[in-house]
Amino acid sequence: MKTNSRIEKILGQGGFVVTSECGPPRGADSEVVRKKGELLRGVVDAVNVTDNQTAVVRMSSLAACAILKGMGLEPILQMVCRDRNRIALQSDILGAAALGINNVLCLSGDHQKFGDHPQGKNVYDIDSIQLIQTVCRMRDEGRFLGGEEIKGKPLMFVGAAENPFADPFEIRAARLGKKMKAGCEFIQTQCIYNMERFSRWMEMVCERGFHEKCAVLAGVTPFKTAGMANYMKKNVPGMDVPDEMIERMKGVPKEKQAEEGIKICVEQIQQLREIPGVRGIHIMAIEWEAKVEEIVKAAGLFPRPEIE
Amino acid sequence: MIVGNRKDFKEILEKLGPRRRVLVLGCNECVTVCGVGGEREVGVLASELRLFWKKEGETFEVREHTLERQCDCEYIDQIRGFADEYDVILSMACGAGVQYVSEAYKTKLVLPAVNTTFLGVTIEQGVWSERCQGCGACILDMTAGVCPIARCAKSLLNGPCGGSSGGKCEIDNETDCAWQLIVDRLKESGQMERYEEILPVKDWRSGREGGPRKRVREDLKL
Repeated sequence: MKTNSRIEKILGQGGFVVTSECGPPRGADSEVVRKKGELLRGVVDAVNVTDNQTAVVRMSSLAACAILKGMGLEPILQMVCRDRNRIALQSDILGAAALGINNVLCLSGDHQKFGDHPQGKNVYDIDSIQLIQTVCRMRDEGRFLGGEEIKGKPLMFVGAAENPFADPFEIRAARLGKKMKAGCEFIQTQCIYNMERFSRWMEMVCERGFHEKCAVLAGVTPFKTAGMANYMKKNVPGMDVPDEMIERMKGVPKEKQAEEGIKICVEQIQQLREIPGVRGIHIMAIEWEAKVEEIVKAAGLFPRPEIE
Repeated sequence: MIVGNRKDFKEILEKLGPRRRVLVLGCNECVTVCGVGGEREVGVLASELRLFWKKEGETFEVREHTLERQCDCEYIDQIRGFADEYDVILSMACGAGVQYVSEAYKTKLVLPAVNTTFLGVTIEQGVWSERCQGCGACILDMTAGVCPIARCAKSLLNGPCGGSSGGKCEIDNETDCAWQLIVDRLKESGQMERYEEILPVKDWRSGREGGPRKRVREDLKL
Protein backbone atom coordinates (compact mmCIF):
# COMPACT_ATOMS: atom_id res chain seq x y z
CA MET A 1 0.00 0.00 0.00
CA LYS A 2 1.29 3.38 -0.94
CA THR A 3 -1.39 5.42 0.75
CA ASN A 4 -4.23 5.39 3.28
CA SER A 5 -6.77 5.41 0.49
CA ARG A 6 -9.84 3.31 1.15
CA ILE A 7 -10.15 2.48 -2.55
CA GLU A 8 -6.52 1.41 -2.76
CA LYS A 9 -7.14 -0.93 0.19
CA ILE A 10 -10.32 -2.43 -1.25
CA LEU A 11 -8.65 -2.97 -4.62
CA GLY A 12 -5.63 -4.41 -2.81
CA GLN A 13 -7.77 -7.06 -1.12
CA GLY A 14 -9.35 -7.91 -4.48
CA GLY A 15 -12.62 -6.14 -3.76
CA PHE A 16 -15.09 -4.46 -6.11
CA VAL A 17 -15.14 -0.68 -5.58
CA VAL A 18 -18.20 1.58 -5.59
CA THR A 19 -17.74 5.33 -5.82
CA SER A 20 -20.14 8.18 -6.31
CA GLU A 21 -20.04 11.89 -6.77
CA CYS A 22 -20.88 15.07 -4.92
CA GLY A 23 -21.11 18.32 -6.84
CA PRO A 24 -20.32 21.27 -4.54
CA PRO A 25 -22.92 24.06 -4.34
CA ARG A 26 -22.90 27.36 -6.16
CA GLY A 27 -22.54 29.16 -2.87
CA ALA A 28 -20.82 29.12 0.50
CA ASP A 29 -23.37 26.98 2.37
CA SER A 30 -21.52 24.00 3.82
CA GLU A 31 -24.85 22.38 4.80
CA VAL A 32 -25.46 21.48 1.14
CA VAL A 33 -22.26 19.41 1.11
CA ARG A 34 -23.11 17.83 4.49
CA LYS A 35 -26.58 16.82 3.29
CA LYS A 36 -25.16 15.19 0.17
CA GLY A 37 -22.48 13.52 2.28
CA GLU A 38 -25.13 12.09 4.63
CA LEU A 39 -26.94 10.52 1.68
CA LEU A 40 -23.75 8.73 0.63
CA ARG A 41 -22.37 7.74 4.02
CA GLY A 42 -21.79 3.99 4.19
CA VAL A 43 -23.37 3.54 0.78
CA VAL A 44 -20.22 3.96 -1.34
CA ASP A 45 -16.49 3.54 -0.66
CA ALA A 46 -15.42 6.99 -1.78
CA VAL A 47 -16.96 10.18 -3.10
CA ASN A 48 -15.63 12.26 -5.98
CA VAL A 49 -15.88 15.98 -5.44
CA THR A 50 -16.10 17.76 -8.77
CA ASP A 51 -13.88 20.72 -9.61
CA ASN A 52 -16.00 23.50 -11.13
CA GLN A 53 -17.59 20.96 -13.45
CA THR A 54 -18.72 22.18 -16.87
CA ALA A 55 -16.66 25.29 -16.06
CA VAL A 56 -19.36 26.66 -13.76
CA VAL A 57 -18.08 28.36 -10.58
CA ARG A 58 -18.81 26.38 -7.44
CA MET A 59 -17.42 25.94 -3.96
CA SER A 60 -13.86 24.65 -4.37
CA SER A 61 -13.39 20.92 -4.60
CA LEU A 62 -10.72 21.04 -1.89
CA ALA A 63 -13.02 22.81 0.60
CA ALA A 64 -15.91 20.42 -0.06
CA CYS A 65 -13.51 17.45 0.27
CA ALA A 66 -12.42 18.77 3.67
CA ILE A 67 -16.06 18.99 4.80
CA LEU A 68 -16.74 15.40 3.72
CA LYS A 69 -13.50 14.20 5.32
CA GLY A 70 -14.58 15.85 8.55
CA MET A 71 -17.77 13.78 8.40
CA GLY A 72 -15.74 10.59 8.11
CA LEU A 73 -16.28 10.03 4.39
CA GLU A 74 -13.51 9.20 1.90
CA PRO A 75 -13.29 12.02 -0.66
CA ILE A 76 -11.64 11.90 -4.08
CA LEU A 77 -10.33 15.35 -4.98
CA GLN A 78 -11.02 16.12 -8.62
CA MET A 79 -8.49 18.51 -10.12
CA VAL A 80 -8.76 20.08 -13.55
CA CYS A 81 -5.86 21.67 -15.41
CA ARG A 82 -8.05 24.45 -16.79
CA ASP A 83 -7.91 26.86 -13.87
CA ARG A 84 -4.52 26.45 -12.16
CA ASN A 85 -0.91 26.39 -13.21
CA ARG A 86 1.72 23.97 -11.89
CA ILE A 87 2.38 26.15 -8.84
CA ALA A 88 -1.26 26.21 -7.71
CA LEU A 89 -1.88 22.54 -8.55
CA GLN A 90 1.08 21.31 -6.51
CA SER A 91 0.17 23.63 -3.69
CA ASP A 92 -3.38 22.25 -3.57
CA ILE A 93 -2.06 18.68 -3.62
CA LEU A 94 0.02 19.43 -0.54
CA GLY A 95 -2.97 21.10 1.08
CA ALA A 96 -5.23 18.15 0.32
CA ALA A 97 -2.74 15.66 1.75
CA ALA A 98 -2.40 17.83 4.87
CA LEU A 99 -6.19 17.66 5.30
CA GLY A 100 -6.08 13.86 5.13
CA ILE A 101 -7.45 13.55 1.62
CA ASN A 102 -6.08 10.34 0.13
CA ASN A 103 -7.28 10.36 -3.47
CA VAL A 104 -6.91 12.64 -6.44
CA LEU A 105 -8.49 12.45 -9.88
CA CYS A 106 -6.48 14.23 -12.59
CA LEU A 107 -8.55 15.79 -15.38
CA SER A 108 -8.21 18.23 -18.27
CA GLY A 109 -11.53 19.91 -17.45
CA ASP A 110 -14.33 21.08 -19.73
CA HIS A 111 -13.53 24.12 -21.82
CA GLN A 112 -14.66 27.37 -20.18
CA LYS A 113 -16.90 27.99 -23.17
CA PHE A 114 -19.48 25.68 -21.57
CA GLY A 115 -19.59 27.49 -18.26
CA ASP A 116 -20.80 30.70 -16.70
CA HIS A 117 -17.59 32.63 -17.44
CA PRO A 118 -16.93 31.97 -21.13
CA GLN A 119 -15.02 35.28 -21.23
CA GLY A 120 -12.31 33.82 -18.99
CA LYS A 121 -8.81 32.74 -19.87
CA ASN A 122 -7.84 29.09 -19.43
CA VAL A 123 -4.52 27.92 -18.05
CA TYR A 124 -3.53 24.44 -19.27
CA ASP A 125 0.04 24.92 -18.12
CA ILE A 126 0.18 21.12 -17.84
CA ASP A 127 -2.29 18.50 -19.06
CA SER A 128 -4.03 15.68 -17.20
CA ILE A 129 -1.36 13.07 -18.03
CA GLN A 130 1.37 15.43 -16.87
CA LEU A 131 -0.64 16.11 -13.70
CA ILE A 132 -0.67 12.35 -12.99
CA GLN A 133 3.12 12.34 -13.42
CA THR A 134 3.43 15.36 -11.17
CA VAL A 135 1.43 13.87 -8.27
CA CYS A 136 3.25 10.53 -8.57
CA ARG A 137 6.61 12.28 -8.57
CA MET A 138 5.64 14.29 -5.49
CA ARG A 139 4.55 11.13 -3.70
CA ASP A 140 7.16 8.62 -4.86
CA GLU A 141 10.26 10.73 -5.33
CA GLY A 142 9.38 13.49 -2.90
CA ARG A 143 10.18 16.11 -5.54
CA PHE A 144 8.28 19.02 -7.00
CA LEU A 145 8.10 19.40 -10.78
CA GLY A 146 10.81 22.02 -10.46
CA GLY A 147 13.10 19.45 -8.85
CA GLU A 148 13.17 20.76 -5.27
CA GLU A 149 12.71 18.30 -2.43
CA ILE A 150 9.36 18.05 -0.64
CA LYS A 151 9.38 17.87 3.13
CA GLY A 152 6.38 15.67 3.90
CA LYS A 153 5.34 13.74 0.81
CA PRO A 154 1.66 13.87 -0.22
CA LEU A 155 0.43 10.27 -0.06
CA MET A 156 -2.26 10.32 -2.70
CA PHE A 157 -3.85 7.44 -4.60
CA VAL A 158 -3.85 8.72 -8.16
CA GLY A 159 -6.68 8.36 -10.64
CA ALA A 160 -7.88 9.81 -13.90
CA ALA A 161 -10.87 9.67 -16.20
CA GLU A 162 -11.14 8.13 -19.62
CA ASN A 163 -13.87 8.42 -22.19
CA PRO A 164 -14.25 5.23 -24.25
CA PHE A 165 -16.84 7.05 -26.36
CA ALA A 166 -14.71 9.91 -27.55
CA ASP A 167 -12.83 9.83 -30.84
CA PRO A 168 -10.56 8.63 -32.30
CA PHE A 169 -11.69 5.28 -30.89
CA GLU A 170 -8.57 3.36 -31.89
CA ILE A 171 -6.33 5.32 -29.51
CA ARG A 172 -8.69 5.29 -26.52
CA ALA A 173 -7.14 2.17 -24.98
CA ALA A 174 -3.64 3.45 -25.78
CA ARG A 175 -4.55 6.68 -24.03
CA LEU A 176 -5.42 4.75 -20.90
CA GLY A 177 -2.05 3.05 -21.35
CA LYS A 178 -0.35 6.45 -21.37
CA LYS A 179 -2.13 7.39 -18.15
CA MET A 180 -1.06 4.11 -16.62
CA LYS A 181 2.53 4.72 -17.75
CA ALA A 182 2.32 8.15 -16.13
CA GLY A 183 1.48 6.42 -12.83
CA CYS A 184 -2.32 6.36 -12.81
CA GLU A 185 -3.71 3.67 -10.50
CA PHE A 186 -7.42 3.89 -11.18
CA ILE A 187 -9.66 5.12 -13.95
CA GLN A 188 -13.25 6.26 -13.75
CA THR A 189 -14.92 6.21 -17.15
CA GLN A 190 -17.34 8.62 -18.74
CA CYS A 191 -21.01 7.58 -18.33
CA ILE A 192 -21.55 4.33 -20.18
CA TYR A 193 -24.75 3.86 -22.17
CA ASN A 194 -23.35 2.13 -25.25
CA MET A 195 -22.48 -1.23 -23.72
CA GLU A 196 -21.19 -2.69 -26.97
CA ARG A 197 -18.62 0.05 -27.50
CA PHE A 198 -17.55 -0.05 -23.87
CA SER A 199 -17.01 -3.83 -24.08
CA ARG A 200 -14.86 -3.40 -27.18
CA TRP A 201 -12.79 -0.74 -25.41
CA MET A 202 -12.42 -2.92 -22.33
CA GLU A 203 -11.24 -5.80 -24.53
CA MET A 204 -8.54 -3.54 -26.01
CA VAL A 205 -7.53 -2.49 -22.49
CA CYS A 206 -7.31 -6.10 -21.27
CA GLU A 207 -5.49 -7.32 -24.40
CA ARG A 208 -2.68 -4.95 -23.56
CA GLY A 209 -2.82 -5.81 -19.85
CA PHE A 210 -3.49 -2.23 -18.74
CA HIS A 211 -6.29 -3.38 -16.41
CA GLU A 212 -3.78 -5.18 -14.21
CA LYS A 213 -1.95 -2.04 -13.16
CA CYS A 214 -4.78 0.42 -13.43
CA ALA A 215 -8.20 -0.45 -12.01
CA VAL A 216 -11.10 0.49 -14.28
CA LEU A 217 -14.24 1.73 -12.52
CA ALA A 218 -17.12 1.86 -14.98
CA GLY A 219 -19.15 5.08 -14.90
CA VAL A 220 -22.96 5.15 -14.89
CA THR A 221 -25.49 7.98 -14.67
CA PRO A 222 -29.20 7.29 -14.13
CA PHE A 223 -31.62 9.26 -16.30
CA LYS A 224 -34.25 11.24 -14.40
CA THR A 225 -36.36 11.89 -17.48
CA ALA A 226 -36.46 11.13 -21.21
CA GLY A 227 -35.63 14.81 -21.72
CA MET A 228 -32.39 14.39 -19.79
CA ALA A 229 -31.42 11.38 -21.93
CA ASN A 230 -32.03 13.42 -25.04
CA TYR A 231 -30.14 16.41 -23.68
CA MET A 232 -27.12 14.28 -22.81
CA LYS A 233 -27.05 12.75 -26.26
CA LYS A 234 -27.24 16.09 -28.01
CA ASN A 235 -25.44 18.56 -25.76
CA VAL A 236 -22.87 16.86 -23.56
CA PRO A 237 -19.47 16.53 -25.27
CA GLY A 238 -18.24 12.97 -25.68
CA MET A 239 -21.51 11.29 -24.65
CA ASP A 240 -22.81 8.27 -26.56
CA VAL A 241 -26.48 7.55 -25.77
CA PRO A 242 -28.01 4.91 -28.08
CA ASP A 243 -31.45 5.81 -29.54
CA GLU A 244 -33.08 2.68 -28.10
CA MET A 245 -32.27 3.92 -24.60
CA ILE A 246 -34.01 7.24 -25.28
CA GLU A 247 -36.95 5.34 -26.79
CA ARG A 248 -37.18 3.15 -23.68
CA MET A 249 -37.34 6.26 -21.46
CA LYS A 250 -39.90 7.91 -23.76
CA GLY A 251 -42.04 4.76 -23.76
CA VAL A 252 -42.82 5.23 -20.06
CA PRO A 253 -45.29 7.84 -18.70
CA LYS A 254 -43.58 10.95 -17.30
CA GLU A 255 -44.27 10.14 -13.65
CA LYS A 256 -42.66 6.71 -14.07
CA GLN A 257 -39.56 7.87 -15.96
CA ALA A 258 -37.38 8.39 -12.89
CA GLU A 259 -38.13 4.84 -11.78
CA GLU A 260 -37.32 3.54 -15.26
CA GLY A 261 -34.05 5.49 -15.24
CA ILE A 262 -33.01 3.80 -11.99
CA LYS A 263 -34.02 0.40 -13.40
CA ILE A 264 -31.89 0.93 -16.51
CA CYS A 265 -28.98 2.02 -14.34
CA VAL A 266 -29.18 -1.10 -12.15
CA GLU A 267 -29.35 -3.33 -15.23
CA GLN A 268 -26.29 -1.58 -16.63
CA ILE A 269 -24.35 -2.13 -13.41
CA GLN A 270 -25.20 -5.81 -13.54
CA GLN A 271 -23.97 -6.04 -17.14
CA LEU A 272 -20.83 -4.06 -16.35
CA ARG A 273 -19.92 -6.36 -13.44
CA GLU A 274 -19.77 -9.24 -15.91
CA ILE A 275 -17.29 -7.51 -18.23
CA PRO A 276 -13.76 -8.82 -17.64
CA GLY A 277 -11.41 -6.22 -16.19
CA VAL A 278 -14.06 -4.00 -14.57
CA ARG A 279 -12.96 -3.47 -10.94
CA GLY A 280 -15.71 -1.20 -9.75
CA ILE A 281 -18.59 1.13 -10.50
CA HIS A 282 -18.66 4.91 -10.39
CA ILE A 283 -22.21 6.21 -9.95
CA MET A 284 -22.64 9.79 -11.13
CA ALA A 285 -26.18 10.61 -9.99
CA ILE A 286 -26.17 14.26 -11.01
CA GLU A 287 -28.05 16.27 -8.34
CA TRP A 288 -29.74 12.99 -7.42
CA GLU A 289 -27.54 11.71 -4.60
CA ALA A 290 -30.68 10.56 -2.74
CA LYS A 291 -31.01 7.68 -5.21
CA VAL A 292 -27.49 6.27 -4.91
CA GLU A 293 -28.35 4.07 -1.93
CA GLU A 294 -31.30 2.56 -3.79
CA ILE A 295 -29.13 1.87 -6.85
CA VAL A 296 -26.29 0.31 -4.85
CA LYS A 297 -28.72 -1.93 -2.93
CA ALA A 298 -30.72 -2.95 -6.01
CA ALA A 299 -27.49 -3.81 -7.82
CA GLY A 300 -26.49 -6.14 -4.97
CA LEU A 301 -23.46 -4.05 -4.01
CA PHE A 302 -24.51 -3.47 -0.41
CA PRO A 303 -23.13 -3.63 2.26
CA ARG A 304 -19.76 -2.13 1.37
CA PRO A 305 -16.69 -4.05 2.50
CA GLU A 306 -15.00 -3.39 5.83
CA ILE A 307 -11.33 -2.52 5.73
CA GLU A 308 -8.71 -2.75 8.42
CA MET B 1 1.32 35.51 -41.79
CA ILE B 2 -0.38 37.71 -39.21
CA VAL B 3 -4.15 37.66 -39.64
CA GLY B 4 -6.59 40.29 -38.39
CA ASN B 5 -10.15 41.59 -38.66
CA ARG B 6 -11.12 45.16 -39.25
CA LYS B 7 -12.95 46.77 -36.37
CA ASP B 8 -16.61 47.73 -36.86
CA PHE B 9 -17.15 51.13 -38.39
CA LYS B 10 -19.17 52.15 -35.33
CA GLU B 11 -16.32 51.32 -32.98
CA ILE B 12 -13.84 53.22 -35.16
CA LEU B 13 -16.14 56.28 -35.13
CA GLU B 14 -16.43 56.10 -31.34
CA LYS B 15 -12.67 55.92 -30.96
CA LEU B 16 -12.21 58.90 -33.28
CA GLY B 17 -14.56 60.99 -31.15
CA PRO B 18 -14.62 64.62 -32.30
CA ARG B 19 -11.45 64.30 -34.42
CA ARG B 20 -12.05 64.97 -38.11
CA ARG B 21 -8.56 65.25 -39.57
CA VAL B 22 -7.62 61.63 -40.07
CA LEU B 23 -4.66 59.93 -41.71
CA VAL B 24 -5.72 56.37 -42.57
CA LEU B 25 -2.48 54.40 -42.68
CA GLY B 26 -2.27 51.00 -44.36
CA CYS B 27 0.46 48.38 -44.42
CA ASN B 28 1.57 46.43 -47.46
CA GLU B 29 2.49 43.24 -45.61
CA CYS B 30 0.40 40.59 -43.84
CA VAL B 31 -2.73 42.73 -43.45
CA THR B 32 -2.73 43.31 -47.21
CA VAL B 33 -2.57 39.56 -47.89
CA CYS B 34 -5.44 38.85 -45.49
CA GLY B 35 -7.47 41.71 -46.98
CA VAL B 36 -7.82 43.81 -43.86
CA GLY B 37 -5.39 46.74 -43.91
CA GLY B 38 -3.78 47.18 -47.34
CA GLU B 39 -4.19 49.96 -49.87
CA ARG B 40 -7.61 48.72 -50.93
CA GLU B 41 -8.98 48.51 -47.40
CA VAL B 42 -7.51 51.93 -46.59
CA GLY B 43 -9.53 53.28 -49.52
CA VAL B 44 -12.70 51.58 -48.30
CA LEU B 45 -12.40 52.87 -44.74
CA ALA B 46 -11.49 56.39 -45.89
CA SER B 47 -14.55 56.44 -48.18
CA GLU B 48 -16.79 55.20 -45.37
CA LEU B 49 -15.57 58.03 -43.15
CA ARG B 50 -15.96 60.66 -45.85
CA LEU B 51 -19.46 59.53 -46.79
CA PHE B 52 -20.59 59.38 -43.18
CA TRP B 53 -19.29 62.81 -42.22
CA LYS B 54 -20.53 64.37 -45.47
CA LYS B 55 -24.01 63.09 -44.69
CA GLU B 56 -23.71 64.57 -41.21
CA GLY B 57 -22.69 67.90 -42.75
CA GLU B 58 -19.33 67.94 -41.02
CA THR B 59 -16.00 69.44 -42.07
CA PHE B 60 -13.27 66.83 -42.33
CA GLU B 61 -10.05 65.82 -43.97
CA VAL B 62 -9.27 62.19 -44.57
CA ARG B 63 -5.99 61.19 -46.21
CA GLU B 64 -5.11 57.72 -47.44
CA HIS B 65 -1.60 56.38 -47.29
CA THR B 66 -0.12 52.88 -47.30
CA LEU B 67 3.39 52.08 -46.16
CA GLU B 68 5.51 49.18 -47.31
CA ARG B 69 5.63 48.09 -43.66
CA GLN B 70 4.62 49.58 -40.32
CA CYS B 71 7.07 47.42 -38.40
CA ASP B 72 10.24 49.12 -39.74
CA CYS B 73 11.18 52.69 -38.88
CA GLU B 74 12.61 53.49 -42.32
CA TYR B 75 9.09 53.19 -43.78
CA ILE B 76 7.34 54.83 -40.84
CA ASP B 77 9.57 57.88 -41.34
CA GLN B 78 8.07 58.38 -44.78
CA ILE B 79 4.99 60.11 -43.32
CA ARG B 80 6.99 62.55 -41.23
CA GLY B 81 6.43 65.36 -43.69
CA PHE B 82 2.64 65.40 -43.35
CA ALA B 83 1.67 63.44 -40.23
CA ASP B 84 1.45 66.66 -38.24
CA GLU B 85 -1.39 67.93 -40.40
CA TYR B 86 -3.72 65.33 -38.89
CA ASP B 87 -5.37 64.95 -35.47
CA VAL B 88 -5.07 61.21 -35.57
CA ILE B 89 -3.33 58.38 -37.38
CA LEU B 90 -5.74 55.51 -37.88
CA SER B 91 -3.46 52.53 -38.40
CA MET B 92 -4.71 49.51 -40.29
CA ALA B 93 -1.63 47.41 -39.50
CA CYS B 94 -1.35 44.62 -36.95
CA GLY B 95 -0.82 45.48 -33.29
CA ALA B 96 2.95 45.61 -33.84
CA GLY B 97 2.57 48.22 -36.56
CA VAL B 98 0.17 50.38 -34.55
CA GLN B 99 2.61 50.44 -31.64
CA TYR B 100 5.65 51.16 -33.76
CA VAL B 101 3.94 54.09 -35.50
CA SER B 102 2.86 55.35 -32.10
CA GLU B 103 6.45 55.13 -30.81
CA ALA B 104 7.69 57.13 -33.81
CA TYR B 105 5.06 59.88 -33.47
CA LYS B 106 4.92 60.41 -29.73
CA THR B 107 2.82 63.57 -29.82
CA LYS B 108 0.23 62.07 -32.17
CA LEU B 109 -2.80 60.00 -31.29
CA VAL B 110 -2.46 56.65 -33.08
CA LEU B 111 -5.56 54.45 -33.08
CA PRO B 112 -5.99 50.83 -34.19
CA ALA B 113 -8.55 50.09 -36.91
CA VAL B 114 -7.82 46.36 -36.88
CA ASN B 115 -8.06 43.57 -34.30
CA THR B 116 -4.97 41.40 -34.68
CA THR B 117 -5.99 37.78 -34.26
CA PHE B 118 -3.45 35.08 -35.09
CA LEU B 119 -0.50 33.64 -36.99
CA GLY B 120 -2.01 31.52 -39.69
CA VAL B 121 -2.37 30.33 -43.23
CA THR B 122 -4.74 30.90 -46.15
CA ILE B 123 -7.05 27.89 -46.41
CA GLU B 124 -8.82 29.25 -49.49
CA GLN B 125 -9.72 32.66 -50.88
CA GLY B 126 -11.18 34.55 -47.91
CA VAL B 127 -10.52 31.84 -45.30
CA TRP B 128 -7.61 31.84 -42.86
CA SER B 129 -6.79 29.50 -40.03
CA GLU B 130 -4.54 29.68 -36.97
CA ARG B 131 -1.39 27.58 -36.94
CA CYS B 132 1.17 29.01 -34.50
CA GLN B 133 1.27 30.78 -31.15
CA GLY B 134 4.95 31.65 -31.20
CA CYS B 135 5.78 29.64 -28.07
CA GLY B 136 9.48 29.91 -28.89
CA ALA B 137 10.24 26.16 -28.63
CA CYS B 138 8.80 24.30 -31.61
CA ILE B 139 7.57 20.74 -31.00
CA LEU B 140 6.13 20.03 -34.45
CA ASP B 141 8.63 17.18 -34.89
CA MET B 142 6.90 15.38 -32.02
CA THR B 143 3.31 16.00 -33.06
CA ALA B 144 3.31 14.92 -36.71
CA GLY B 145 3.47 18.50 -37.93
CA VAL B 146 0.25 19.65 -36.21
CA CYS B 147 0.64 22.13 -33.35
CA PRO B 148 -1.54 21.21 -30.35
CA ILE B 149 -0.58 24.43 -28.56
CA ALA B 150 -2.14 26.59 -31.25
CA ARG B 151 -4.80 24.21 -32.50
CA CYS B 152 -6.15 22.34 -29.47
CA ALA B 153 -8.57 24.52 -27.47
CA LYS B 154 -6.83 23.27 -24.30
CA SER B 155 -3.28 23.21 -25.74
CA LEU B 156 -2.98 19.60 -24.60
CA LEU B 157 0.42 18.06 -25.23
CA ASN B 158 -1.05 14.61 -24.58
CA GLY B 159 -4.47 14.69 -26.15
CA PRO B 160 -7.11 14.18 -27.27
CA CYS B 161 -9.39 15.00 -24.36
CA GLY B 162 -12.73 13.29 -23.84
CA GLY B 163 -14.54 15.93 -25.88
CA SER B 164 -13.20 14.93 -29.32
CA SER B 165 -16.10 13.75 -31.44
CA GLY B 166 -16.21 12.84 -35.13
CA GLY B 167 -12.92 14.64 -35.71
CA LYS B 168 -14.21 17.87 -34.19
CA CYS B 169 -13.42 19.78 -31.01
CA GLU B 170 -15.87 20.00 -28.09
CA ILE B 171 -15.98 23.79 -28.35
CA ASP B 172 -17.81 23.70 -31.70
CA ASN B 173 -18.26 21.33 -34.59
CA GLU B 174 -16.57 23.70 -37.05
CA THR B 175 -13.22 23.34 -35.28
CA ASP B 176 -11.04 20.35 -36.10
CA CYS B 177 -9.72 18.35 -33.15
CA ALA B 178 -5.96 18.89 -33.35
CA TRP B 179 -5.32 15.50 -31.78
CA GLN B 180 -7.53 13.74 -34.32
CA LEU B 181 -5.35 15.40 -37.00
CA ILE B 182 -2.19 14.28 -35.19
CA VAL B 183 -3.42 10.69 -34.86
CA ASP B 184 -4.46 10.67 -38.55
CA ARG B 185 -1.02 11.90 -39.65
CA LEU B 186 0.78 9.43 -37.38
CA LYS B 187 -1.28 6.66 -38.92
CA GLU B 188 -0.73 7.86 -42.49
CA SER B 189 3.01 8.03 -41.95
CA GLY B 190 3.20 4.65 -40.20
CA GLN B 191 4.31 6.13 -36.86
CA MET B 192 1.40 5.19 -34.60
CA GLU B 193 3.82 3.88 -31.96
CA ARG B 194 4.80 7.51 -31.38
CA TYR B 195 1.36 8.13 -29.90
CA GLU B 196 2.43 6.06 -26.89
CA GLU B 197 5.15 8.55 -25.96
CA ILE B 198 4.24 10.98 -23.20
CA LEU B 199 5.20 14.52 -24.10
CA PRO B 200 6.91 16.13 -21.12
CA VAL B 201 5.75 19.22 -19.24
CA LYS B 202 6.59 22.25 -21.35
CA ASP B 203 9.02 24.96 -20.38
CA TRP B 204 6.98 28.04 -21.26
CA ARG B 205 9.81 30.50 -20.62
CA SER B 206 10.59 30.74 -24.32
CA GLY B 207 7.06 32.05 -24.86
CA ARG B 208 5.13 35.04 -23.58
CA GLU B 209 5.24 33.60 -20.05
CA GLY B 210 8.93 34.45 -19.89
CA GLY B 211 8.10 38.12 -20.32
CA PRO B 212 8.21 40.32 -23.43
CA ARG B 213 10.65 38.84 -25.92
CA LYS B 214 13.51 40.46 -27.76
CA ARG B 215 15.86 38.94 -30.29
CA VAL B 216 19.36 40.27 -30.88
CA ARG B 217 21.50 39.00 -33.76
CA GLU B 218 24.97 40.43 -33.30
CA ASP B 219 26.01 39.10 -36.71
CA LEU B 220 23.38 41.23 -38.43
CA LYS B 221 23.86 44.45 -36.46
CA LEU B 222 25.46 47.39 -38.25
